[in-house]
Amino acid sequence: MSVLVFIEAADGVVKKSSLEAVSYGFKLAGASVTAIAMGSISSDELAKVGAAGAAKVLHIADSRLDNGVIQAYASALTQAVDKTGADTLVLATSSLGNAVAARVAVSMQAALVSNVVDLPETGSGFKVKRSIYTGKAFAMTEVTTAKKILAIKKNAVEIKEDGAAASVEALVVNLTDADFAAKITSVDKAEGDVLLPEADIVVSGGRGLKGPENWGMIEDLAKSLGAATGCSKPVSDMDWRPHHEHVGQTGVKVSPSLYIAVGISGAIQHLAGVNSSKYIVVVNKDPEAPFFKAADYGIAGDAFEVLPKLTEAIKAAK
Amino acid sequence: MKILVCITHVPDTTSKIAFTDNNTKFDKNGVQFIIGPYDDYALARAVELKEASGGTLTVLNVGTAETEPTIRKALAIGADDAIRVNAEPTDSFFVAQQIAAIAKENNYDLILMGRESIDFNGGMVHGMVGELLGIPSFSPVMKLDIEGNTAKMAREIEGGKEYLEVSLPFVAGCQEPIAEWKIPNMRGIMSARTKPLNVVEPSGTTENTKVSEFQLPPAKGAVKMFTVDQVADLVKALKNEAKVI
Ligand SMILES: Cc1cc2nc3c(=O)[nH]c(=O)nc-3n(C[C@H](O)[C@H](O)[C@H](O)COP(=O)(O)OP(=O)(O)OC[C@H]3O[C@@H](n4cnc5c(N)ncnc54)[C@H](O)[C@@H]3O)c2cc1C
Ligand SMILES: Nc1ncnc2c1ncn2[C@@H]1O[C@H](COP(=O)(O)O)[C@@H](O)[C@H]1O
Repeated sequence: MSVLVFIEAADGVVKKSSLEAVSYGFKLAGASVTAIAMGSISSDELAKVGAAGAAKVLHIADSRLDNGVIQAYASALTQAVDKTGADTLVLATSSLGNAVAARVAVSMQAALVSNVVDLPETGSGFKVKRSIYTGKAFAMTEVTTAKKILAIKKNAVEIKEDGAAASVEALVVNLTDADFAAKITSVDKAEGDVLLPEADIVVSGGRGLKGPENWGMIEDLAKSLGAATGCSKPVSDMDWRPHHEHVGQTGVKVSPSLYIAVGISGAIQHLAGVNSSKYIVVVNKDPEAPFFKAADYGIAGDAFEVLPKLTEAIKAAK
Repeated sequence: MKILVCITHVPDTTSKIAFTDNNTKFDKNGVQFIIGPYDDYALARAVELKEASGGTLTVLNVGTAETEPTIRKALAIGADDAIRVNAEPTDSFFVAQQIAAIAKENNYDLILMGRESIDFNGGMVHGMVGELLGIPSFSPVMKLDIEGNTAKMAREIEGGKEYLEVSLPFVAGCQEPIAEWKIPNMRGIMSARTKPLNVVEPSGTTENTKVSEFQLPPAKGAVKMFTVDQVADLVKALKNEAKVI
């Protein structure tokens, strides 16, 4: 199997989920894995890709690719697949990754499977397990084409850290004006925060927090854990928090090791976004709140009393 | 402007997911089907765009006859007519081929979809259709305005959003807050009964994937409760038992 891994970077920093994809590629193909990165990325960042398991990194150092221009990425990636002769493309499932991979799947006549959670079974045919029904089930999916694209679900693979240094090679591809038909006019980004979809720990607040002025408690707890912050849909609908923090069926799907939900009732649509978490802690003043049924640990109590105590206890334990 | 909105027919978000026939088929018993929530956002925005600038709005579903009540609901919300490609939508590429074939015949200015279906969560049909038609595709789009031949949109990126400008035609996978979900009114429901719903046969048969078996996640153990005064014990459990902090 000849594996190429697509690296996504944000502001020149390689995403954690892309390192997971590299490590998945390494498990598939061993030391022959090649990665491809685009846009302005430092050599220190590219070195991480080697540690995660890639023997070689192809770098298209074109600053027009600093932002995720879907069509240009797809075109560059298709050319890279052609040039390397890869039969399997691996990447992280993400809003950009999927949008790009879908186009590449058509141009390279490959099957695309997204939300992959495990290594393939190759005993008879090629079968891979993916998450479906928003985390409520899995489908063993048989791929019938010679070429394949696997988009790996976040936090499904452990990142390898002991790989050798990768050799970095510049790759030149031919990008046309049509590839840049869409003009990105501006980008709004929260700086320096832990990215919610990739976070290993998430602290989320719901309507039980009463108002945006109380979010300091959530942020303090998150900070003590190095966690990202999330919220329920009504909270983002009321503009207490930005939309990209909204977790659930119609929002971000997270799969952290630890999800802490405070003042969230646990409606099924919220659970759909968190059911891939390894552990769930629920703080709710109503002991009958449905969220407790989906939790591993719970405190039935008032968030305003529990949160400061919890933050202190975590700081003390560190 | 000619707008196409592609909708899925999916289990209501509160459905219990179960499988039958040796875990090879979805168990429809007692399940309510709805327009996919993201597709519903796309439809709502399409109705607003049509109301603002005129034109036609067609909805398309690739599905068997049982999806027709869902298609009628989209007509009640404001689509003018509907197309159903008569096939079981088991593979994303198969579905994308059907949509692209219909789009090639009809030259839509705008093709709106949901960011993802809530049954298979592929998040890929819009990109495949864009590539098959040779036009741009965007997802997830959270704001979309059209002036003349130019669209301005906001696309969600992890931790923020980016603003884009592009000329028509293109494909967009939509999500909130692009528009508010619309509830059909009585007049809409009445008129939907007589709006055209054309059934066509699939035009290509390539399928790249096949589900061999469905699985459910293992059942969750019972929750361990702590009192407000046992916060330190909870932290201990997270550290020593779960080993997550
Ligand atoms: C199609 C569809 C899609 C949806 N998608 C999503 C989605 O993606 N994400 C999502 O979150 N929702 C979604 N919803 C909405 C969902 O059904 C719920 O309405 C929503 O999750 C409730 O948010 P909440 O728990 O914050 O608020 P509430 O239901 O109002 O719950 C507040 C909770 O806070 C507790 N509380 C109150 N005061 C305190 C206190 N002082 N201390 C501790 N606890 C306290 C209460 O006991 C209660 O359990 C969707 C709905 C539909 C129909
Ligand atoms: N069977 C189908 N019929 C019509 N549109 C579909 C179908 N399947 C997917 N789509 C559209 O493609 C979007 C993305 O679907 P998916 O790639 O399956 O997540 C959906 O939100 C729909 O708008």
